[in-house]
Amino acid sequence: MSAPSIDRATPSAGATRPRLGAHTDGPLGGVVRGARKLAEALATPLVPADYLDLIDPMRSGADLRGRIVEVRPETADAATVVIRPGRGWRGHVPGQYIRIGIDIGGVRHWRAYSLTHRADGSPAAGIPAGCIAITTKAIPEGKVSRHLVREAGPGTLVMLDQATGDFTLPSPAPAKVLFLTAGSGITPVMGMLRNHLTELRDVAHVHCAPSERDVIFAAELAAHHESGRMALSLNLDDVHGMLELDRLDALVPDWRERETWLCGPTALLDAAEAHWADAGIPERLHVERFRPSVVEPGEGGTVTFARSGLTLEADGATPILDAGEGAGILMPSGCRMGICFGCVLPMRAGAIRDLRTGEVTVHESDEPLPVQTCVNAVAGSCEIDI
Amino acid sequence: MTLAPERHASTKPQGINPRLRVQSDTPRPQRPALKKSGRPNPAAHLTPEQIEGIGHELDALRKEVMDSRGERDAAYIRKVIKTQRYLEMGSRAVLLFSGVKVKGIRPAWWLGTAGLSVAKILENMEIGHNVMHGQWDWMRDPKIHSTAWEWDNASPASQWKHSHNEIHHTFTNVLGRDNDLGYGILRVDEDQKWTLFSLFQPIWHVGNALLFEYSIAAYDLELGKYVATKNRMTDEQKAEFRANRSEVLQKIKRQATKDYLVHPAMSAVTGSARTTLTANLVANLVRNVWTNTVIICGHFPPGISTFEKTSIEGETRGEWYLRQMLGSGNISGSKAMHVMTGNLSHQIEHHLFPDMPSNRYAQIAPRIQDLMERHELPYVTGSLWKQAASVYWKVVELSLPNKVEGRRRRDIVRLELKKAQQKRRRARR
Repeated sequence: MSAPSIDRATPSAGATRPRLGAHTDGPLGGVVRGARKLAEALATPLVPADYLDLIDPMRSGADLRGRIVEVRPETADAATVVIRPGRGWRGHVPGQYIRIGIDIGGVRHWRAYSLTHRADGSPAAGIPAGCIAITTKAIPEGKVSRHLVREAGPGTLVMLDQATGDFTLPSPAPAKVLFLTAGSGITPVMGMLRNHLTELRDVAHVHCAPSERDVIFAAELAAHHESGRMALSLNLDDVHGMLELDRLDALVPDWRERETWLCGPTALLDAAEAHWADAGIPERLHVERFRPSVVEPGEGGTVTFARSGLTLEADGATPILDAGEGAGILMPSGCRMGICFGCVLPMRAGAIRDLRTGEVTVHESDEPLPVQTCVNAVAGSCEIDI
Repeated sequence: MTLAPERHASTKPQGINPRLRVQSDTPRPQRPALKKSGRPNPAAHLTPEQIEGIGHELDALRKEVMDSRGERDAAYIRKVIKTQRYLEMGSRAVLLFSGVKVKGIRPAWWLGTAGLSVAKILENMEIGHNVMHGQWDWMRDPKIHSTAWEWDNASPASQWKHSHNEIHHTFTNVLGRDNDLGYGILRVDEDQKWTLFSLFQPIWHVGNALLFEYSIAAYDLELGKYVATKNRMTDEQKAEFRANRSEVLQKIKRQATKDYLVHPAMSAVTGSARTTLTANLVANLVRNVWTNTVIICGHFPPGISTFEKTSIEGETRGEWYLRQMLGSGNISGSKAMHVMTGNLSHQIEHHLFPDMPSNRYAQIAPRIQDLMERHELPYVTGSLWKQAASVYWKVVELSLPNKVEGRRRRDIVRLELKKAQQKRRRARR
């Protein structure tokens, strides 16, 4: 007798479709190569894709993009965004996330969100076939989440990255599973439930939310519980108080025997990791962390030059360019007064202050942010990619 | 009781570029009322405090506009880029039939050539020049970013950004530092030295305009400097020059292959290869002459100042702003004119804030004019014809030596000729 196997969504469509000039073997290879060279010669100094993007930005072979089909409210401040991805979409494994780049006020912002749609492309929970779905909760300082929930509408073009992440179920699936989620941490788990619930034999799910109204996917979770496919325990802060992990013994007495998937706020993740370590079974806990840290801008601080492997202290009046050069790093430079953009380098994390205006720029995306090192000083800490 | 010392901007540590500070912490030299050439200094009447005030006002204006950048600005540049790409594709499609004659003329040639010329001008001016200035970097779109853009021009983006963004915009109109001032081959200011070579500059000037993209490439490459100082250069400098040279040649090769080989070859099917070639040639010439005309109007018309090398030592941001205003001139005209010049018709505003989105220059222009007039500074502007004609006249006039009291110009030229002959004779011996 074998454990039920999980039918993985194999990354197929798009990945194997021949792209212009991708395959150069055989008698046709030369023709394709020649056609590509000709197209490049015609388009220079641009590339053929720059022109093709005008006509069809979602074609296969293009940078991956998607178009929002619908934004569906889930709770008062959470919504599911349904997106039709471009033809280059390679599929995903339930539990994985994608990064979305969306223009807000003319500025592109990138964020990561878990996927909740059916991996085989079939419709589920009102998500049309061939579409992908994310669910986001609008948080007060969350520029992107607020925009997605309140402003974004059908027709909006967004940039996408292929799915990634290892917060997924193994194959074969473990016999006993515990899902521990809080707030929008439900989303990667909902992705697993929608795809794999029928194959999982014994599922316990503890979900935390501030109140009844804040439970995302409340009806769907309740339905699974009532049908007996899953044992759901809701921990509502306004009824039970914040979840104390000691309560697990009462909620799911056999939690130590279960493989556990956990997603929620940092405090819960930290507490759970300690709890599982104390129980001597840290390997049973699988954690998804999205935002590792929040930057608090200050005056001066540490600059890390990532590729040079160097970290140093700089005051709030020293341009990052000068700090780097002072430490012997070969920095690109130009006018040294902020007008030529010759010193621009990617910032990977942290915050900087413009010495001309005092304006603070915080790295809050998942994308490296190109910054002018000659007119910016470190504000707290920053990491520069050189 | 001790009092905390008052904090001034000048308490910032030494060593930071003074141009990042509005206020100077070293005493500034008195501004002379007259320049070396005897012309009045238009900023002589300003006190250091007034210049500092101008700096603060411009900083505030800059912040106001930069903070208000948003969706509409992003939509503007995307629309211009989209329009340009469609116009270029459409024109090139039309040119596939450029050889077809209808009632004795070739309508497709005229239409396609006109469209391609406009497309190339837009690509160079409103898009290429401004994207490479970092005006659209704030959008965080990696495709419309100063670090990624390459333009339809003989000069590679990296070299142009160095010579233009860095050298020209930092040292605007400083004699001996700003190579744009005459591109090394023209005498466009009385304070520039006159030589026999200047006599022929009306011819150079026209040739320069026709082949403008190649002279820009040569200028970005610092070809003149290489020829002049080759023997004194280190091996490292020579290697750098060679690497840059091969980069330029590669770029020129790609550009020429596209315009003079591949596109004409595509038109061969309809028997339009030769006409497509001439269309591409004409479009490049039109673009060259147009960009040259716009650019000479930016810094060379009468009323615009030049500066001595020594005058910019320890220059503060306020003084830098002042020099940018006095060293630039505008072109008046319609909205379409502004777009076709890449908004370099607002050269003064562009030089004050080179990284401000170009579509905002028209908005701040009246306020800059007001600021300058309040401080009794000349805001130089005029129609394209007037400004361009004044520069052409200057090129002719300054091909001769400056007028000196009690001496005829003809005698100065004769003396120089004689000197040159003597020198040559001595060299022969």
